[in-house]
Amino acid sequence: MFEALDVNIAAGDIVQVEGPNGAGKTSLLRILSGLSQPYEGTVYFQNKSITQHRETFHQDLLYLGHLPGVKDEMTAQENLKFNLALHGLNSDTAETTLAEVNLLGFEDALAAHLSAGQHRRIALARLWQSQAKIWILDEPFTAIDKLGVEKLEQLFLQHADNGGCVILTTHQDLSLLAERVKKVTLAYRFY
Amino acid sequence: MTQLSYRTAFGLIVKRDLMIAFRHRDDIINPLLFFVIVVTLFPLGVGPESTTLSRIAPGIIWVAALLATLLSLDRLFKSDYADGSLEQMLLSPQPIFILVLAKIVAHWLLTGLPLILIAPLLAVLLHLNEHSYGALMLTLLLGTPVLSLLGAIGVALTVGIKKGGVLLSLLVLPLYIPVLIFATSAIDTAAMNLPYNGQLAIIAAIFFASLTLAPFAVSAALKVSTN
Repeated sequence: MFEALDVNIAAGDIVQVEGPNGAGKTSLLRILSGLSQPYEGTVYFQNKSITQHRETFHQDLLYLGHLPGVKDEMTAQENLKFNLALHGLNSDTAETTLAEVNLLGFEDALAAHLSAGQHRRIALARLWQSQAKIWILDEPFTAIDKLGVEKLEQLFLQHADNGGCVILTTHQDLSLLAERVKKVTLAYRFY
Repeated sequence: MTQLSYRTAFGLIVKRDLMIAFRHRDDIINPLLFFVIVVTLFPLGVGPESTTLSRIAPGIIWVAALLATLLSLDRLFKSDYADGSLEQMLLSPQPIFILVLAKIVAHWLLTGLPLILIAPLLAVLLHLNEHSYGALMLTLLLGTPVLSLLGAIGVALTVGIKKGGVLLSLLVLPLYIPVLIFATSAIDTAAMNLPYNGQLAIIAAIFFASLTLAPFAVSAALKVSTN
């Protein structure tokens, strides 16, 4: 799928992976996160192969894919609490974190009754608590309103300034961070 | 960030799965209802004669338990796969072994345990030999976790396939056969008032082997399915 792909991503980087539909953006992010195994090549984190040091890598990784991973049968707060606890974070602050993503008042609503954008907000709420260094976000702005996007961009900037790195795909132009963003552009290949 | 202890991570998943199941009750009730219906159909089909019924009772109960478990297996990973929470679990810093084992334990608590509780009642309806009740309970207690553990391997392999139902039964049912053979043989032997610890020991061996090995197979299968 990819040819001669060699990228180094350092702390403080915000990387936007670009390319037309079907170019392999999602596949690249899934390989970087360790969800998919590449046929050839290796992903290294701090000079260690991520397949051999899975648990240490995953402690520093936060990946959000196309699917928000929100259970319909649980409330917004229960979903967030579970997600935080599973990743070893303090889940007592779930309520204030939900306020950050404008879900105050929906804490006890079953996720089944919430919209797609609200599901994504529940998933994204983890970003405010996360202590992971690497954020890999696949289309994080899907179904998020303008104000929300602005707030997320601020958060990415803050994360990068604190020595983290953000790898994301989006078709929107990142207005706020134009000068900080590095771009990896995938081109479509024909045989 | 604190590294969760294995016990906390295990408890977290079990609690979550139980909570989801209790809010979505038909998932628990369907297999149980299926079990009861299949068992009650046999006296209607074969006739109410007690000698015939008590001879085939162990087989009926075990086959019904097996099919009921098969019916419930889909729940194990399918919805988590569909909404992306499976990905998140695979990416969490806990060992996948623990997460998988927790999900299987929750599955057993929701299907295996109710089957065990209701089985003696159904055995009465089938005139099961009075000496066999102990053997029935012990084989179910050791055997139903095996059904959940081995079934999990099958579900993990087929979770990415749209219509994996038939494939799942083809994969899983042959693996269930040893348990079925030794369990019914133990119950039959107990009816003749003979010691049945041989069969029980074999089921226990199968149980411990699958308890230690199945979660590894499931983790590997899940990685393939989400690849």
